Order: sequence, then C-alpha cells, then structure tokens
Amino acid sequence: MGITEGNVLFTTVDNIVSWGRRSALWPMTFGLACCAIEMIAAGCSRYDTDRFGIIFRPSPRQSDVMIIAGTMTKKMAPAIKRLYAQMPEPKWVIAMGGCASAGGPFNTYSVVQGADLVVPVDVYIPGCPPRPEALMYGFLQLQEKIRREMPSVFAKIKA
Amino acid sequence: MEEKDLEKELPSLQYSLLVKKIRDKFGESIRETKVFRGEITHVVGKDALIDICRFLKDEADLQFAFLSDVLGVDCRESISCFEVVYHLYSIPHKFRIRLKVRVKENESVPSVTSMWRSADFAERETFDMFGIVFEGHPNLKRIYMPLEWEGYPLRKDYPLVGYKDEYNPFGVEKKL
Repeated sequence: MGITEGNVLFTTVDNIVSWGRRSALWPMTFGLACCAIEMIAAGCSRYDTDRFGIIFRPSPRQSDVMIIAGTMTKKMAPAIKRLYAQMPEPKWVIAMGGCASAGGPFNTYSVVQGADLVVPVDVYIPGCPPRPEALMYGFLQLQEKIRREMPSVFAKIKA
Repeated sequence: MEEKDLEKELPSLQYSLLVKKIRDKFGESIRETKVFRGEITHVVGKDALIDICRFLKDEADLQFAFLSDVLGVDCRESISCFEVVYHLYSIPHKFRIRLKVRVKENESVPSVTSMWRSADFAERETFDMFGIVFEGHPNLKRIYMPLEWEGYPLRKDYPLVGYKDEYNPFGVEKKL
C-alpha cells in the first residue's frame, strides 16, 4: 500500500511552490566559450542533468536559469542583458567558470570583469573550465538556495 | 640590404622574379628590400602600392592571386609611423612575398579590395585595431569591436586593461 493511498499529507504552500521550482530548473541553451563544452557534456548522457529535472530549453522565454558559460565580452553584454530581460520570473543566473565569475585571465579592454556587472548572479562556479560535476554541484547549490526561498513572503514584500 | 646580399640569400629563380624584376620595374618606389630566412619583404611607397599589387597579381610568372592577410604594426615609438603589412601567396608558383607600407598617423592607405576580395575583412580588422583608414574600401567599419567603441585597442598608447567603465572597474581612468 502506498503512502498516499487514503492518506492526507500536510505541507505549506511555500514548500510546495519551491519544490516545484527547484525540481524543474530549465536552463537556457546558451554558451559563450569553452565552458559551454563542459555544459554540453553535463547535459549529455554520461552526466545527464535531465535526472535532476534540468532540461535545456532553446528559448529564454521557457527558461528559469541562465548559465553564463564562458568569457563575456563587452560586445556580448547588451545581448545577455536582453536575454535576461526576456526570461520570465522567477529566474536565476549561474556564473560558470573563472571568466563569468570575475573576468578570469582576461583582464583586458574587451572583457566584462565578471557577469555580476551585467546580470544578478546567484551561484558562482570556479574552474577553468569547471568539470560537469562542478556544474551539477552548482545546480544543487542553486536548488538549496531556492529551497530556502519563501515565495509567499517575497510576494508580500513586493506587494 | 645590399643587392649582392639579397642574391646570396635566395635561390636564383626567386631572386630574379621576386626581387630583381620588381625592383627594376618599380625602382624608387621600392624603398627597401629585406630577406630573412628566405622570406622576402619589400617596403614600398604608398602611392605605388596599387600598381605593385596589380603587377604581382597579373604577371604570368608571379600570379599572386591569394592575399593571406593584411595587418598593422604600431611602430610610432621606433620609426614614428604605422606599418601596414600585406602577405601574398602565389598558388601556381608556390611563392610567398610580403609588402609593407609605412604611413603616418591620420594618413590613409589605398584599399586593395578591388584586387583581392579577402582584403575586405582584413582591412576592416586593421582599421578596427589601429585606426588606419583604407581609401576606396566598400564598407570600412569596425569588425570586432562594437560599432560605438572609442579608440583603437592595438595601438601602443591604448591601455591593455582598457578604460574604466561600468563593465570594467579595473580599467585605467580616461584622461580628458
């Protein structure tokens, strides 16, 4: 006999909402440099992010997470800003690798010195590039962060 | 380099076709010729560039139909000018040759896009990075940097870390 059969489970709305949010984190299919290769590897069968409900989407309008996977140039920054604006709320950003976190080795005229200068970043993943395990750990950290969020409190504060 | 040194450095066919023939035809317009490890470089006058290029491309025993690259060098500290360098390759004869043009700041260079279409992007890159204007180029605008970018990043007086702005808190403060 299953636990749900003939039983009633009690939880809070906040819990159920954040459970739903963190269990289907859809990232945008979007890579800037070599980190994107590791991101692709993480999405493929060997590491398989699908088992966490992390399914890459081809459009910002269907995405919850933006992974800044690689070196962000100043030329690219306005496009990233626009993509972020096109994503529906709630949305999160993962800065993957040294370049996205702080400019990496490129302290030069053309590179944005950290993705947080353009979009608000939730999780920073170090590495150059980070291995797929590191990206998955980043996702788990993001899930943990979402678990602690209180959607109803946020809604009240916003109102 | 002296004429006899050039002859000594090169195989006789290359010497006669790529050095002697060109120097005899264009005379004073070839300012200088250097050979280093079998690579021939002619420093040519700006006004004769188009004629020399046309000759190199059309002459039957040269046929430099392929322009590998156009690049710039900021030599303002040593010889107080920019150099524009053209790398040419002759596919049928397997020759390579290098041409250099020296221009002062704010001087323009004639575009070779009418002879080699590959010069289009290469000249735009040189313009983007050094601010050297190519006269007669069909579409001379920035190719790498954003269109509204200020300054020319590969000039020696441009700071490596760039200027301070919203995306680069570590940049150099812009002098007004």
